[in-house]
Amino acid sequence: MGRMKFLCDAERCIECNGCVTACKNEHEVPWGVNRRRVVTMNDGVPGERSISVACMHCSDAPCMAVCPTDCFYKTEDGVVLHDKDKCIGCGYCFYACPFGAPQFPNGPAAFGARGKMDKCTFCAGGPEETNSAAEYEKYGSNRLADGKLPLCAEMCSTKALIAGDADVVANIFRERVLRRGTGAEVWGWDAAYGGGERKQERKREGQS
Amino acid sequence: MSARKLKSIPLAALAGAALLGLAACSEVPQVTVYEQGQYRGKTDARPWEGGEFKGDRAAWEKALKERSRGQNEYNRIQ
Repeated sequence: MGRMKFLCDAERCIECNGCVTACKNEHEVPWGVNRRRVVTMNDGVPGERSISVACMHCSDAPCMAVCPTDCFYKTEDGVVLHDKDKCIGCGYCFYACPFGAPQFPNGPAAFGARGKMDKCTFCAGGPEETNSAAEYEKYGSNRLADGKLPLCAEMCSTKALIAGDADVVANIFRERVLRRGTGAEVWGWDAAYGGGERKQERKREGQS
Repeated sequence: MSARKLKSIPLAALAGAALLGLAACSEVPQVTVYEQGQYRGKTDARPWEGGEFKGDRAAWEKALKERSRGQNEYNRIQ
């Protein structure tokens, strides 16, 4: 088994927030914590794009690098998880993460008063007995141990959000792009940082 | 107390103060050695070990792969 990854197809995401709701319900995530959220770029402007964002389970995760209590670990399948019993709520991981994945139940509070960090587990639970009450209370349900994928992806109505082994996910997206003949350009640096928008403007003006 | 002894007290105090003042002038190593952190939390069971697969890794991988491929609707319509 390779690495577990999420991929959100910006051409398909309709900002329904079904993934957010599914996650919140499945894991009974407390108030103030959103393990997943939908981000819309150029909201209200024709050609707006939305992507669903959560922990991306980075191959070289910065949260793991900065944690002073070394409470993060990576499973054999590439899922980044953490031990809440070791977490001191310092918030370093929050500042290190480029996706804003680590969340704190008490929100922005003083050092030590934020509570234990909570983040997407790829529906893989945490370091407690599989499917135990302790695991559910701390980390949510463990769907991966039941041979299921994260609920956010399985619930996605347009299948914009796909999850699973990186190879499989990449192949699904590649096939889509080839069939529809578009889509690769809306994913990546240009789309995230404005290059794509400028390119579109130039196209509209007939310069390129 | 003799005048000689009285003179040596401020001298000794001065020497002591100079010693204290210069104590911070020694060279301190300023190169940080970064160490690779090790996970210090509890160990976690692998997904195929607990739950319904009871250690059958191949069955777990097969189930997950099928589920992953099921996300491709082009497979469903063919």
